[in-house]
Amino acid sequence: MSDIQELSFEAAYAELETIIGKLESGELPLDESVDLYERGRKLSEYCQGLLDKAELRVNQLTNDGRVEPLS
Amino acid sequence: MFDSLFNTVYSVADLTTYIREIVESNDNLQDVRVTGEVSNMRRAASGHWYFTLKDSNAQLKCVMWRSSAERQTFIPNDGDAIETHGRIGVYDAQGVYQLYADSVRPVGMGDLYQQFEALKAKLDAEGLFDPARKRPLPAFPKQIGVVTSPEAAAFQDIQNVLKRRFPLVEIILSPSLVQGADAPPQIVKALDRLNQHTEVDLILLIRGGGSIEDLWAFNDERVARAVVDSRIPIVTGVGHEVDFTIVDFVSDLRAPTPSAAAEIATPNIDDLRYTLRNIDDTLVTLMDDRLFTLRGNIDSARRTLGHISPESRIRNLRQRVDDWNTRLINRQQTRLGLLGERLASKTAALNAANPRSILARGYAIVYRSEDGERLSAAAGTKPGVGITIQFQDGELKARVEDKDTHERYTRTLF
Repeated sequence: MSDIQELSFEAAYAELETIIGKLESGELPLDESVDLYERGRKLSEYCQGLLDKAELRVNQLTNDGRVEPLS
Repeated sequence: MFDSLFNTVYSVADLTTYIREIVESNDNLQDVRVTGEVSNMRRAASGHWYFTLKDSNAQLKCVMWRSSAERQTFIPNDGDAIETHGRIGVYDAQGVYQLYADSVRPVGMGDLYQQFEALKAKLDAEGLFDPARKRPLPAFPKQIGVVTSPEAAAFQDIQNVLKRRFPLVEIILSPSLVQGADAPPQIVKALDRLNQHTEVDLILLIRGGGSIEDLWAFNDERVARAVVDSRIPIVTGVGHEVDFTIVDFVSDLRAPTPSAAAEIATPNIDDLRYTLRNIDDTLVTLMDDRLFTLRGNIDSARRTLGHISPESRIRNLRQRVDDWNTRLINRQQTRLGLLGERLASKTAALNAANPRSILARGYAIVYRSEDGERLSAAAGTKPGVGITIQFQDGELKARVEDKDTHERYTRTLF
């Protein structure tokens, strides 16, 4: 499993849904379930945090293909 | 019928039917183009349009059924000069004739409209409007490319929407003119730049409302083809709700306005927060349930183990030994009791048999003095023999004087 802080919102959210699916199946050994549960809680917290901190970034693409802040 | 019209009285319905048949059997009236100014334009909830066409000298009631109205790329307003096509019919219930229109277009835009219709037909024939071509949009875009003019109000509008709705996103504006003769090549370049230099998840191609001429760049074939060729999915939001342009037909999704395009392209942060809270709750519930079930399993296993453990067998056996002990002791005591009783009765018998106790009852024992033999019959003595008589309290030495036996008494008696 990758480091949560490196994940995009999309990736973290997708992993959360996968974790829920696995836990709902109820077929995993307990230690694996506990690991997934803990990672799920962290992912959910991380996603909430991303939403709380989010600030819209607005850039523009120059004619030669560079991305720079919009003045 | 006409000949007899002056001689016979007809009902209104019959006469109206007669007039309708005349009108509707006239080929010229069934395929007619008419131009005039729109008034009393009304778009009914049913989707049908009702309006009146007029000029300085006359008025014509017009109806456009929903099936035709839906296909129009131009919606007339009161005061618009339009050209319309349709057939003349009679509406019996009101006793009026009217135009059943199947198309409308603004007068003076005839050339543009022909271009529009021609391009639309051409691209449609190429299969470029095919719903199967439409690509799905990403659920959580990281970057959104925007093609529009930086000065346009529409650009500010979508920034506001995205700030409120999904501020996680990064906007990359690829600036372009959106109006005038230079707009189409610039839009094409702006789309190409995003496709070549960025990995944006989707592109919003937007422009605020304006006249048909203002929006014309979005009916340009070059622009339409650039939209078709885009590697990145494109959402169009051009003009107002009623405006349809060619790019709307070829894009992956048409939004009625620029703001709506930004909304369609992004999730709502409030929904996301809510969903995340739900996911969190679900996680906790799932884990709790799991642990609850496992605890139950452990308890029941522990009970089962308790039943079958050696310890419990040992306890059982120990108890059985205790039982046996108790029974043994009980039986022993019973037995001892019996023996005790028997002993007591023997003792009593013994006591009864003690010669001393006989002496105590008044009997005496007689011994022959010379040899100390106990005499149990008179025959063992004769007169003159010394005898010892033992009483309970001592002995008497005596001599037999005479001897009788029972025989003598017996003889005497019988």
